[in-house]
Amino acid sequence: MPDQWNWVSNNSLNKTNLKMKKLMSKMMALVMVTAFMVATLAGCKSTPKDADLQTAVETAIKSSPNLSASGVTVDKGVVTITGQVTDEASKDALGKAAAAVPGVKSVVNNLTVEVAKVEVSADTPLALAVKDATKDFPTVAATVNDGVVTLKGELNKADLQKLMMAVNALKPKKVDNQLVIK
Amino acid sequence: MALQEKYKELIDAATAASVSDLNVREQDGVLYIDGATNGTVKQQLWDTYERLDPNYASGDLVMNISSVAGVPEGAKLKVTTNSSNLNIRKGPSTNDDIVGKAARHEIVTLVGKENDQWWMIKTDAGEQGYSFTQYLTPVG
Repeated sequence: MPDQWNWVSNNSLNKTNLKMKKLMSKMMALVMVTAFMVATLAGCKSTPKDADLQTAVETAIKSSPNLSASGVTVDKGVVTITGQVTDEASKDALGKAAAAVPGVKSVVNNLTVEVAKVEVSADTPLALAVKDATKDFPTVAATVNDGVVTLKGELNKADLQKLMMAVNALKPKKVDNQLVIK
Repeated sequence: MALQEKYKELIDAATAASVSDLNVREQDGVLYIDGATNGTVKQQLWDTYERLDPNYASGDLVMNISSVAGVPEGAKLKVTTNSSNLNIRKGPSTNDDIVGKAARHEIVTLVGKENDQWWMIKTDAGEQGYSFTQYLTPVG
């Protein structure tokens, strides 16, 4: 490149050319550095580290109360989520939440839906508790069989809700209300 | 899912009222709704239940909404039996001996909670023991 500038014989012009050459070199260096930085930064944006993605996805899904035993792994932007959820809707929602994290290419949703069994009281403590709960309603006869509370007899309508509130709180499997309401 | 449709208004109301630990699931033809809230919301939910299932005759819903979960020790409680006095017992069951009685509409103090059904209370006369929470209503 310097040869291009040598055709000028004038000293002052040559000096100017030298200055320009230095300036050009500096500018070239600046351009190259800038280009490098832009390339590096752009690279960071499009491909975040897997470890960072893992943290971001964990943050995005861990607040769900319906998720337990969760795990997140990331391989080249592909996120795999594992764990147990209480329903299908939660599984879909968490999969979408993971996919929405910037930088995630795709999500492998390996969450399993585990519907928790309803907790039902054993008959002996349930019968005792039902006896306590119905004590204030002498016209009501209550029996317990396999978690089902059967209410017979008669009751004023005004008392029915209070009785039902009490019996429903004892974790029965079912309340079979055969009361005659007066 | 059919039961969740039948009681949709109830489930929506519980959600809208921010019932805490709200849990709705269906098993073997019965819908179970659990959660905790204040007394006012509990009353509204039960009124809705009664409207959707008159006289609670269907036997397809077990609703356990606790309004006593947040009552702190030392709170004042009103005895809300229908007519009789409230038994105060040595232990948390009706098998335990009666150690005292509180009159209907008497104000007692919550000492501690054994479970959702039995609380230890103390009367102003100094009688202390376990009573059934169904007949105790937080005051104020």
